[in-house]
Amino acid sequence: MSVTKDTVRKIAHLARIAEPEERLEPLARELSAIIDWVEQLEEVETGDAPPMTSAVDIKLPLRADVVTDGGYPEDIIANAPDARDQLFTVPKVLE
Amino acid sequence: MTENKDLTDLTLIQARDGLRSKAFTARELTQSYLSAIDAADALNCFITKTPDKALDMADGADDRLAKGEARPLDGLPIGVKDLFCTRDVLTTAGSHILDGFTPRYESTVTEHLWRDGAVLLGKLNMDEFAMGSSNENSFYGPVVNPWRRAGDDAKLVPGGSSGGSAAAVAAHLVAGATGTDTGGSIRQPAAFTGVIGMKPTYGRCSRWGIAAFASSLDQAGPLARSVKDAALLLTSMAGHDAKDSTSINAPVPDFESAMTGDMKGLRVGIPKEYRVDNMPEEIDGFWRRGMEWCRAAGAEIVDISLPHTRYALPAYYIVAPAEASSNLARYDGVRYGLRVRDETDDITQMYERTRAEGFGDEVKRRVLMGTYVLSAGYYDAYYLKAQKVRTLIARDFDAAFGKVDLILTPTAPGPAFAIGDKADDLLAMYLNDVFTVPANLAGLPGLSFPAGLNAQGLPLGLQLIGKALDEETLFRAGGVLEEAAGFDAAPTRWWRDV
Repeated sequence: MSVTKDTVRKIAHLARIAEPEERLEPLARELSAIIDWVEQLEEVETGDAPPMTSAVDIKLPLRADVVTDGGYPEDIIANAPDARDQLFTVPKVLE
Repeated sequence: MTENKDLTDLTLIQARDGLRSKAFTARELTQSYLSAIDAADALNCFITKTPDKALDMADGADDRLAKGEARPLDGLPIGVKDLFCTRDVLTTAGSHILDGFTPRYESTVTEHLWRDGAVLLGKLNMDEFAMGSSNENSFYGPVVNPWRRAGDDAKLVPGGSSGGSAAAVAAHLVAGATGTDTGGSIRQPAAFTGVIGMKPTYGRCSRWGIAAFASSLDQAGPLARSVKDAALLLTSMAGHDAKDSTSINAPVPDFESAMTGDMKGLRVGIPKEYRVDNMPEEIDGFWRRGMEWCRAAGAEIVDISLPHTRYALPAYYIVAPAEASSNLARYDGVRYGLRVRDETDDITQMYERTRAEGFGDEVKRRVLMGTYVLSAGYYDAYYLKAQKVRTLIARDFDAAFGKVDLILTPTAPGPAFAIGDKADDLLAMYLNDVFTVPANLAGLPGLSFPAGLNAQGLPLGLQLIGKALDEETLFRAGGVLEEAAGFDAAPTRWWRDV
């Protein structure tokens, strides 16, 4: 298997998803099956082909560096699960 | 009210013309659809119904129609995939993690539709974050395909991820719908439900306000019951938007008027690599019939080769999860939607718990897959390699379009399957998109239209792929082929008795 249980534990933490211990083994199997399958790309000779980063050939547009939006904090926090005084809240980060 | 029932059988174009000739009002038309929707809960097409808003919008359209100030879509009732943010209307992306999310802003695409007078009937069910090919991955439960196999009442999937959109259009619950297509999510469900699905060129429709899945592939487009209806909707949906840096700054043609009714002289490419192993004979049969329709209309059939076709799907399953893992990092339980936290949790535990509970299995799998292929030491081997393969796939199309004006293929390798049938076989599920993914990787427009019914009485679709920004040729040819196919079958309305 290309993806081990330990690897799943590590990437689940990187992805900030709590995966219970009993899910690690099945996930390792599932991800390995997908990884083994996508690895057929190894046989493609890509030569000097540059990586495609945009589907359509357009230049990233530039604009003047000025404020064009904003000024409505009540809209920004309207959907927050626990907003207080126009602020987002999180559990205590510093002791 | 019963005399209004038939109004849901009109195409968008017919309804538009009827409204303008005052044969009925926008309110009557909207009410007909609202009644149809209420009788179709068994299909589970809607996550949110917006009847009050719909009637308000219809009244506004009636005012303008009465004053002779009709806008292009005035009074036409449509559904919106629940991936598009709609101001003050719950928007879930089919996910638990967006519980209660009511955007304070409107997506650019839907803004265009309301600007032009369309009426919102509600928000349509979908695979969570548009990840799926069967609509079985929705937190709100699977959508049921209005079509059934002859003599069999097994529930079939409508395809995905725009499964609610496709099923609602097919069941006449909406006159048209928006969808999004990252790897086939408009075209494959269109094929499974016997409707038209159009994915335009990447950048034609603004992605602003659409919950992001894989940003370099996502593109919005219409689903409708005729090619001309799809043309009408796309003309409104498309257009440059400064709020999306990948939006194309090019004029939007009136796609409806591109439909000249002939395809004489067009060169239609048939890619030999799409004749995949164990392709069902019925798919191949309709494909050959499609070629005949092209020839009969004066088009020329040209054999072409797209040599890297078989690598499209594996490349997609690196690029799409990689981009998804990055895009979905925003769902953290802080700014919107669900927060799951035990009293003693620190911030990381809160993130982990929120995302574990908020995301469904397929979304988690793809986020983990994306995290893996982007993680230190693997980036070059997977993501960079896939992006290079993508270039080769785009070059294949470039070379082919030196010889042909458009390409004809099947839309999907099979008909709609039963709910649960492929749920345990990931790769079999992924193979549903084998014919649609290449156009996403290359950014090209694709249109699926119903070719006919198979032996079991289920619709099958054919796909046209066009040059970048040449949706006009797809609409033109699509209109001709739609007429040649003469697809006028409709599912029996069994859901009304459930």
